[in-house]
Amino acid sequence: MSPRLARASGKAAGRWEIPLRITVDGEPLTGIEGQTIAGVLLASGRVAWREGPSGSPRGVFCGIGACFDCLVTVNGVRDVRACRRRARDGDAVATQSRAREDAR
Amino acid sequence: MTRHVVIIGAGPAGLGAAVGALRVGARVTLLDTADDPGGQYHRMPPDAYANAHPGRLHRSRRGFERRRGHVLGHPHCAWWPRSTVWAIERRDQSAPHVHVLRGETDAAERERHVLRPDALVLAPGAHDRVLPFPGWELPGVYTAGAAQALAKGEHLIVGDRVLIAGSGPFLLPVAASLLAAGSTVQAVLEANAAATMARGWLHRPWELAAQPGKGAELAGYLGLLARHRVPYRTGRAVVEARGAGRVEEAVTARLRPDWSVVPGTERTLAVDAVCVTHGFSPQLELPVAAGCRLRDGAFVEVDGDQLTTATDVHAAGEITGIAGAQAAATEGLLAGWIAGGGSPAAAGLRPVRRRRDRARAFAARLAAAHPIGAAWRGWLHPGTIVCRCEETTYGTLLRAAADPARNSAHAVKLATRAGLGPCQARICGPTVAELLSHGAAHHRPVAQPIRLGELARHPIEEETKETPR
Amino acid sequence: MRVVVLGAGIIGAACARELALAGCDVTVVDRAGPAAATTAHGEGNVLVSDKGPGPELELAKLSRRLWPQILQILPDADAVEWEPKGGIVVATTGEGARTLRKFAESQRAAGIDAVDLDAAALAGWEPHLTRDCTTAVHYPGDAQVQPAGAATALLADAVRAGTALRTGHEITGAVVRGGRITGVRTRAGTIEGDAFVNATGPWSGEVAARLGVRLDVRPRRGEVLVTAPMPPTVFHKVYDADYVGAVGSGAGDLQASAVVESTRAGTVLIGSSRRRVAFDDRLRPEVLSVIAGKALRLFPSLAGVPVMRAYGGFRPYVADHLPVIGADPCLSGLWHATGHEGAGIGLSVGTAALLRDLLLDREPDIDAEPFRVDRPAVQAEGENG
Repeated sequence: MSPRLARASGKAAGRWEIPLRITVDGEPLTGIEGQTIAGVLLASGRVAWREGPSGSPRGVFCGIGACFDCLVTVNGVRDVRACRRRARDGDAVATQSRAREDAR
Repeated sequence: MTRHVVIIGAGPAGLGAAVGALRVGARVTLLDTADDPGGQYHRMPPDAYANAHPGRLHRSRRGFERRRGHVLGHPHCAWWPRSTVWAIERRDQSAPHVHVLRGETDAAERERHVLRPDALVLAPGAHDRVLPFPGWELPGVYTAGAAQALAKGEHLIVGDRVLIAGSGPFLLPVAASLLAAGSTVQAVLEANAAATMARGWLHRPWELAAQPGKGAELAGYLGLLARHRVPYRTGRAVVEARGAGRVEEAVTARLRPDWSVVPGTERTLAVDAVCVTHGFSPQLELPVAAGCRLRDGAFVEVDGDQLTTATDVHAAGEITGIAGAQAAATEGLLAGWIAGGGSPAAAGLRPVRRRRDRARAFAARLAAAHPIGAAWRGWLHPGTIVCRCEETTYGTLLRAAADPARNSAHAVKLATRAGLGPCQARICGPTVAELLSHGAAHHRPVAQPIRLGELARHPIEEETKETPR
Repeated sequence: MRVVVLGAGIIGAACARELALAGCDVTVVDRAGPAAATTAHGEGNVLVSDKGPGPELELAKLSRRLWPQILQILPDADAVEWEPKGGIVVATTGEGARTLRKFAESQRAAGIDAVDLDAAALAGWEPHLTRDCTTAVHYPGDAQVQPAGAATALLADAVRAGTALRTGHEITGAVVRGGRITGVRTRAGTIEGDAFVNATGPWSGEVAARLGVRLDVRPRRGEVLVTAPMPPTVFHKVYDADYVGAVGSGAGDLQASAVVESTRAGTVLIGSSRRRVAFDDRLRPEVLSVIAGKALRLFPSLAGVPVMRAYGGFRPYVADHLPVIGADPCLSGLWHATGHEGAGIGLSVGTAALLRDLLLDREPDIDAEPFRVDRPAVQAEGENG
């Protein structure tokens, strides 16, 4: 199984659900207002979206902006911490790779 | 003359400081990177205990909401959400200047501000400390704090077969939040032996008697685990994570009291997430930049008034010792009061100091009950990644440090790149320092990334009309 | 001959290696560890482009010849991260262009390879560089090393050649017999020798004072910004012609100019500032701001790139901008190898060869006279900071 949204408590969850759409490398994903970009990615079943220097897959580790493992490009701006940045409707997210950058 | 107090961090400590400073008539600017005050409030170990007990949760929650409303609505308080302190500039005779970026996290064109306060209260908090083990870089391995933040903040659970491991009381509320969200927790593994924990908790029992709620909270958590049939095992740890592209299996093993693995006790378990914490790392780059002396190289040294060794710089909360939200709020109150110009001799401070001192005694007990065993490095293979950013392995570090002609902290770092990646050693710094017997520096004069375009622009100066000096 | 080298930075390491390979019995003493101070806080410049004709350029040419020779025989040359990537110096104003062209012409006359680049060639080599350059000169001889890696590789080779390394020993004074230094005192005891080499960089004035002699070498602070790792954007060491002016300036206030280059790790290093602030190591955001602004003038597309670190170091500054290499005029047996300011990484190997030849009474490859210790700029009563 992958990470998923918990929808157990109906009313509490219902308050959250103003939907939003973002794209990740061009692919559309649906999220909920208030979620971070990492939250949208995790809830859609992705556990990894960045590559470390060797090409190793990375996603969320610390969840509070300390480890910089979850960096993404948002609307053309590089190195945004996905775990800290709230998703906004229409955000164009692109994944990053240290391996691609180091290859030269 | 009204004093201007800048408070960095709006968790329990920062909010407490705002209350204290406002009470003595100071003007307050309260900063936090988040949208709302509260900090990692729900992640703090003592809250952890509170969460097991619905009544207590309510009480602490109500208190928090009251303080929050009071502070944010106060005419002398400026609340700056989404504000990142990227530099602290030490001055000769006065409080440091505070360089701030205002705007969304890591956005490209945030506003650059400079604040020149009369006093500064530092309350930036802490994040999980995680010791490395083979495979800890695999997706699906999270810090316990990440799992907690996702569950509490976004109603998101990291997996359905989750193993929670490491050390400290924080393991328990993380398990509780995952269970509450409907996840299956396979086990909670505390690396320390039951005897080690008992020695820490039961030492000087009269102090524990002053914190009667704590024992009940612990019992509440253990009861919750029992009801969900989640085993809570002591003296056991995750020593390896395996999987193709993400974690699929965890290897656990029995540990001796020094955290060395008992051979032959390894078990392999299918998992889809592993949540790990081995304690907390206080965020020390701002106090270090402000010139504050550290205690044991690990925490900010403060006196009885929460004053650091730097002129007009006060500190409260986890950076002065991991003692939880109640202690942080109390320390904050005292720090804010003094920073705002209140008399240290005020009668009303006596119970505050008493509560603070009790909480500190509790923190000492926590540390004693959940030490990090020195033999943890026995889990590492030469190929185990120590610095996640630069993928520096244990073997590379040992080789670099083996030659006396190469063994200085700077030379090893530059040769292996350990700690020089995007996280700037926030995650591996204490580990590398321990492995190489170098001191951990916490030296990050650029405290948070700032984009070149933002840096090149002139800052917006603080309006000083309100507070003539 | 027993030689005690004071300082385990790159100058001390290079001197120890040359002396050990020449048969001396060498001990290196440092109050901290190898490459722990000035060496670890520079950019790793090996430059010929920023030096006008004169003795420092001759030392730079000697060093530039020696580096590849040393790398060929150094057992772990990889650690040096030698990048002979070449430098490109640009001007962005008409006045700057005239000055740069004249400067390059004079360097060519002194035997430096300096090639004028037209706009098309420049855009091909550095596609992200501003198109507003009025002139550009390519210096194929400029190179870069990882400075701590270079210093420790030299030091490790010195140790292989028999050098003893004593770290964590601060020099507190000299043992002088009959006008000759025979030992240095540390808190852990006295270290005896026949010759002593002061290679303590910005602290060499202070160390000289502890040994009882005067040496007017002062700290000058430099700051460098480091960006987050990013896709390749900068392919040479690119700098503004202002840099030469800032290097040559003696002013105590802030001098800044853009020096931009990539590292193997994918980060971009952005320098540089020069300020005389004694040993004050406090960060000054306005200094970083000025550096950022100048770098963006050269590479406007870097505006969105995050700076993840800034580091500053103290460089050994001498009023006449020349290194100090030779025998102390007052205390027999004491030698100095210091005063390189921001050029010590590149000049280390030439300095070491020169010092070895002077100390062992051999004929040096270049004229050592201009670097002598008894010149007025070095013996002057120093102002503080």
